[in-house]
Amino acid sequence: MALTTAPGATRRPGRPAPPPRQIAARRAGLGRKVRDNLTGHTFLIGAVACFAVFSWYPMVRGVVMSFQRTRRGETTWVGWDNYARIVADPSFWTAWKNTFVFTGLALVLGYAVPFFVAILLNELRHAKGYLRVLVYLPVMLPPASALFLFKFYAYDPSEAGLFNAVLTALGLPTSEWMQSPTMTMPAMVLASTWMNMGGAVLIYLAALQNIPGELYEAAEIDGAGVWRRIVHVTIPQTRLILALLAMLQIVATMQVFTEPLILANGAGTQDSATSVAYLIYQHGFFQNDLNGAAALGVIMLVVLAGFSAVYVRLTARQD
Amino acid sequence: MAVDSTTRTLISPAQLRRGRGRVLYWAVLAVVVAAFTLVFLGPLYWMVTGALKSGQEIAQTPPSLFPRDPQPQNYVDAWNNLALAKLLFNTFYYAMGAVLFQLVFDTAAAYALSKLRPVLGGLILGMMLATLMIPAMVLIVPQYVTVLDLPIVHVNLLDSPFAIWLPLVANAFNIFLLKRFFDSIPEDLMSAAVMDGASPLRTLWSIVLPMSRPILGVVAIFAVTAVWKDFLWPKLVMPSPETRTVSVGIYTFAGGTPMNVVIAASVIAAVPTVVLFLIFQRNIMSGLTTGGLKG
Repeated sequence: MALTTAPGATRRPGRPAPPPRQIAARRAGLGRKVRDNLTGHTFLIGAVACFAVFSWYPMVRGVVMSFQRTRRGETTWVGWDNYARIVADPSFWTAWKNTFVFTGLALVLGYAVPFFVAILLNELRHAKGYLRVLVYLPVMLPPASALFLFKFYAYDPSEAGLFNAVLTALGLPTSEWMQSPTMTMPAMVLASTWMNMGGAVLIYLAALQNIPGELYEAAEIDGAGVWRRIVHVTIPQTRLILALLAMLQIVATMQVFTEPLILANGAGTQDSATSVAYLIYQHGFFQNDLNGAAALGVIMLVVLAGFSAVYVRLTARQD
Repeated sequence: MAVDSTTRTLISPAQLRRGRGRVLYWAVLAVVVAAFTLVFLGPLYWMVTGALKSGQEIAQTPPSLFPRDPQPQNYVDAWNNLALAKLLFNTFYYAMGAVLFQLVFDTAAAYALSKLRPVLGGLILGMMLATLMIPAMVLIVPQYVTVLDLPIVHVNLLDSPFAIWLPLVANAFNIFLLKRFFDSIPEDLMSAAVMDGASPLRTLWSIVLPMSRPILGVVAIFAVTAVWKDFLWPKLVMPSPETRTVSVGIYTFAGGTPMNVVIAASVIAAVPTVVLFLIFQRNIMSGLTTGGLKG
């Protein structure tokens, strides 16, 4: 799929660089070129202005803010002070630990499960449309709606809660869910997976449909069973999409915010739910510490960029 | 559409037709249909009927499958006490504006980048696509500060719908989707129009847009669902009770409102996107899979 090749990667190799004089001439003609193609540039203005004001500029501003401190309208440069203060806060480490646990659990549940669901759906020849609609239905709910459903009905710690009723019916011990520090994370991941897995399932399904049937044919003739066909045909054939979705899943789940806010009222029992994104929100909008929040944002960006770099290296080597 | 692909998959059709395979296939199908209905539709059923139960019935063990004494009053209370009409109207208004702004600005930009060859077009597209890599949470603080005091013009957009509409225009995924579609429109068609003396705007209006209806539909649907599903951004930039979106409104009221009424409000808030999805599910699914990624 097109997004898997980085922009610019398709540039034809071996095209000679234009001589310096030509570059200068081209630059001098810039204004003229804009005038010649006035419509083209007018069409770009709206979107480019919005990107400039709401994406590109805030990007730079976030980094600048993280090195500044504003007190009573006076902005001063404070170097790494914001970072030092943020890192010294014990909840910083709790938040990172929780976020990594959430991301890790979400990779097991929200990444592997949709893949096997997609394989299963791809094998079925009936009720396809119905099953696809079902899987994607929760994605369309406003997250606040879905999370209140989980909070009040599913994760009710009394025996009247949906999950506890099921556990009781099966003769298993009930759980306190969000009241229990050890269950907080699994419960949040479960709700989040239910809400979001539809998108991944559909993307996997599209990838599975592109696998040539002859490959399975050949594997079967070679005596490969169903499991070995998955390992030797399905997974290698969908590896780019698998890698890409792993990346997207990590980036998305590292930003977990609404789940802790609504399900756990923010921090949760004994800080068991605090996430880095929730900490950004706390600093920025409750503790009146926009600079600290900006520093946290930059730290998050660096960590996620690290993941992206690893991803690019891994996928580049495999090609 | 029981059988929509005849190509073989993991398990060969022959194997599925044979005695044991056939029994197994139907058994798996039945289990999958039942399990999926239970897992994905069950909670929604629980939500709709749970909001009809009385406070007592909700707290009883074991929970009842049907509301014994349905209380439609919960829905009425939710509608009145949370001023849901106002909240829904706000959300609808923001969603429609988002569709309009995205269609106008993103289509124009994608058309320019695809067909009009502007100066530095490649660089601009690259810089737009690069924003896909930046997590939303990282930008939340500087974006908020920017909205409080827009650079150059010094306008405060707090409580203004533009605070929702304009940032949504900066959507690299839409521009990428639209540009790819425009790229697939044959160059011959474009030059024929130019030959006939059509201006670029005229070509866009009479040739490109009519051909692009499916992709424009996908962009519009994504815009509506994005506004309907967003939570943190509207919570920050629409702080007044009069300008809130429905999700934020329910969250704000949840503290002091009976649980059943909160759930009833959640059901009402979910109805528009679910209905939209059921009507346009084919377009949404194809948009998701042809466009590549990201829901």
